[in-house]
Amino acid sequence: MKMVKSLILAGLLAFAPAVAMSQDAFAQDNAAAAANATAPVADSAAAPAAAAPAEKVAAPARMRPTEGIGMPRPGEITLQEQFSPTGRQGRWIHDSLLLPIITVISLFVLGLMLYAMVRFRRAANPVPSKTSHNTVIEIIWTVVPVIILLVIAVPSISLIAEQYKPAPKNALTVKVTGYQWYWGYEYPDQGIPEFVSNMQTPEKALANGEPYLLSPDNRLVLPVGRPVKLIITGADVIHSFAVPSLWVKMDAVPGRLNEKSFTIEKPGVYYGQCSELCGARHGFMPIAIEALPPAQFDQWVRSQGGDPAGKGGAAATAAAAADSAAAPAKI
Amino acid sequence: MTTIVADAHGAHDAHDHHDADHKPAFFQRWFMSTNHKDIGTLYLIFAIIAGIIGGAISGLMRAELAQPGIQYLHTWAMMSDGPDATMDQAYHLWNVLITAHGLIMVFFMVMPAMIGGFGNWFVPIMIGAPDMAFPRMNNISFWLLIPAFALLLGSTFVPGGTGNGAGTGWTVYAPLSTSGSAGPAVDLAILSLHIAGASSILGAVNFITTIFNMRAPGMTLHKMPLFVWSVLVTAFLLLLALPVLAAAITMLLTDRNFGTTFYDAAGGGDPELYQHLFWFFGHPEVYIMILPGFGIVSQIISTFSRKPIFGYLGMAYAMVAIGVVGFVVWAHHMFTTGMSVNVKMYFTAATMVIAVPTGIKIFSWIATMWGGSMTYKTPMVWALGFIFMFTVGGVTGVVLANGGVDDVMHDTYYVVAHFHYVLSLGAVFGLFAGFYYWFPKMSGKMYNEFLGQLHFWVFFIGVNVLFFPMHFLGLSGMPRRYPDYPEAFAYWNAVASHGYEIMAAGMGVFFINLIWSLIAGKKADANPWGEGATTLEWTLSSPPPFHQFETLPQID
Repeated sequence: MKMVKSLILAGLLAFAPAVAMSQDAFAQDNAAAAANATAPVADSAAAPAAAAPAEKVAAPARMRPTEGIGMPRPGEITLQEQFSPTGRQGRWIHDSLLLPIITVISLFVLGLMLYAMVRFRRAANPVPSKTSHNTVIEIIWTVVPVIILLVIAVPSISLIAEQYKPAPKNALTVKVTGYQWYWGYEYPDQGIPEFVSNMQTPEKALANGEPYLLSPDNRLVLPVGRPVKLIITGADVIHSFAVPSLWVKMDAVPGRLNEKSFTIEKPGVYYGQCSELCGARHGFMPIAIEALPPAQFDQWVRSQGGDPAGKGGAAATAAAAADSAAAPAKI
Repeated sequence: MTTIVADAHGAHDAHDHHDADHKPAFFQRWFMSTNHKDIGTLYLIFAIIAGIIGGAISGLMRAELAQPGIQYLHTWAMMSDGPDATMDQAYHLWNVLITAHGLIMVFFMVMPAMIGGFGNWFVPIMIGAPDMAFPRMNNISFWLLIPAFALLLGSTFVPGGTGNGAGTGWTVYAPLSTSGSAGPAVDLAILSLHIAGASSILGAVNFITTIFNMRAPGMTLHKMPLFVWSVLVTAFLLLLALPVLAAAITMLLTDRNFGTTFYDAAGGGDPELYQHLFWFFGHPEVYIMILPGFGIVSQIISTFSRKPIFGYLGMAYAMVAIGVVGFVVWAHHMFTTGMSVNVKMYFTAATMVIAVPTGIKIFSWIATMWGGSMTYKTPMVWALGFIFMFTVGGVTGVVLANGGVDDVMHDTYYVVAHFHYVLSLGAVFGLFAGFYYWFPKMSGKMYNEFLGQLHFWVFFIGVNVLFFPMHFLGLSGMPRRYPDYPEAFAYWNAVASHGYEIMAAGMGVFFINLIWSLIAGKKADANPWGEGATTLEWTLSSPPPFHQFETLPQID
């Protein structure tokens, strides 16, 4: 089905760059966004996200990130803390299943080698044996790895199935577009036209108390507890939308609409970076998701001139929040 | 394994003095060569030069990555793009460096050394053949590499989009490599791959023909040394995989220059078609790089354990199985491209299957050591290092094989760590093991044992300090191909850069050893390794006569 959908939309998407450019005029903070589109990095300093256009509703205050949450920690040696059900499942598979197994296998091989190297050195064993076959042991070292792989495969396949569960009807849909070298976000159901998200300058990031190279000016604002469906595409070359603390990584491919669904469990700021080589400023088009409680999210939507009750809107937000609070793991 | 009837070549040694050892004059010998040993030597020299360039590029990258911020890149960009180079040109230069490092190490270092160098030198000797089946084609195979390498190096001096050079990554993904890279640099790089690919295909044809048709009487397929088996499987992989790469990059060329839209959705194409074609070649390619290493390590473990290889048939067919399965797992490089759930599950399962024959090989090497009478000469310590480091790289491959887990690891430093453990610590350890093992045979001189051991230990510590922290960086989310990174990644990047310094010191020891041994090394015996070395090359003098086996050896 996805293939068919992609093919049908491929033609339309040919015009994506042009459309996106013209939409800049309707973006979250007009002047800044339009400027960004032409000279992203230089002008992003002049684009404070909090400076929303004068609307009846004020946007919620820009959330400050928590040190070490939703971003890498200095000297970290393992995965980032996870804030989505899939993320926790995935991290469990890595930390509790894969990592112990590969550690034990590596140490087992090392131990066997060291033992053999000491026990069968020439001084200790001057006459080599001529054994070159042992059917039983050859069967064992074929079958045991197969069993280990089966042990890994079962939860691994179920993780994939979990990741690909289609988003429920009440999911919030956001269209994410990768550009050279910034991101565009559009909320079609809420009627929020695309706004773009550029990296902040070091001074701006410092002033905002946000990590340089990870923090863009305009964040992707999403609700907590409600399933989110991102429709991801690329406007020029392939980019990849990645947020490690939510276990999200999906390529933004020109001519394709890739879908990624997930649910964020806690309010917070979650950072990510483009993860597919996309040209000179590949390393300088960061991603930040600001996850807000449902009421504040609706406030943000209104502040952008959007309608939270749009197709599957406000009512859905509240209901979904209640649902997922009751059974967060089932999303 | 093979037992040799000794007097078969005792007789032929007598001929060496008049016609077998008659060498042509310098130009004819080295530029118009039809001799597999001379061509092998040319390949090895070429690979060493390419390795120095590719390794120096990684040194530039580690210098820039040693601390957050841009320290040197802009200065280098001013050298390459002129004094008014912009930051964007500096970032583009970064992409040029990663591209060049990848392409050089894969196509111009590991492959020429493994297949062209050791394959050419020892496959004919090990099967008791006087030379390769097509000696002149062998020469063309080598000389095609020179223009290929020149084109790749030349591409860095012409415009490639934002700045000079091809900044597409070694994978050359469309549309970055088509609409995303104006200027001739990417065209030159593509042409370079075409020529290098043609060179490899000719080489593969030559090896397959040689191994199938030119084995000495009694040398059945099931008696061939495992190194020959490994080159045979590799040659088939080359023959089947490289034409797919050639097709893929030809379509890149026409998309770039002639208005076709194979990889452009606007014209009915698909950028992912390129990725499927590339990885259909690219995954067998990684086995092309590692399989000859398997073969080399098998010879060395057997020699220095003074035991025949354990489970010979299992070892040979494990390589065949790896080669076959290697063709049906390619899309595990594309888990985040948005493929369907069933496809992702299939490629997860198929990829994990490869762990089984690989495990058979690891355990068979250990079983070969078991009950042996081992000495730890330099080639042996490199081979032992290979086994353990390849195991570490292999198990992280099993982690990455899980499509669901790959969602968080894909395109992070975890992947960089994984493939450097199997290639930089796997294939390259195999290369050094083979180099020390066969250096006395090829040069007629012994290498310096102390320097060889020192090289191993310094290099071993260096590459582990260099690459192990990359697992941590990847797990905590650092993406690949970034010239700059957030402060949080500073610690392990600094450690990795120090690892590079240690590794580079190790390479210094290698070159000192190489030069010292060539000038002042002790004369090597025909068989410096003793009774464990049972393959045919050890029955010849060191270095072997210019033409060996004028009377074919008889194999029992």
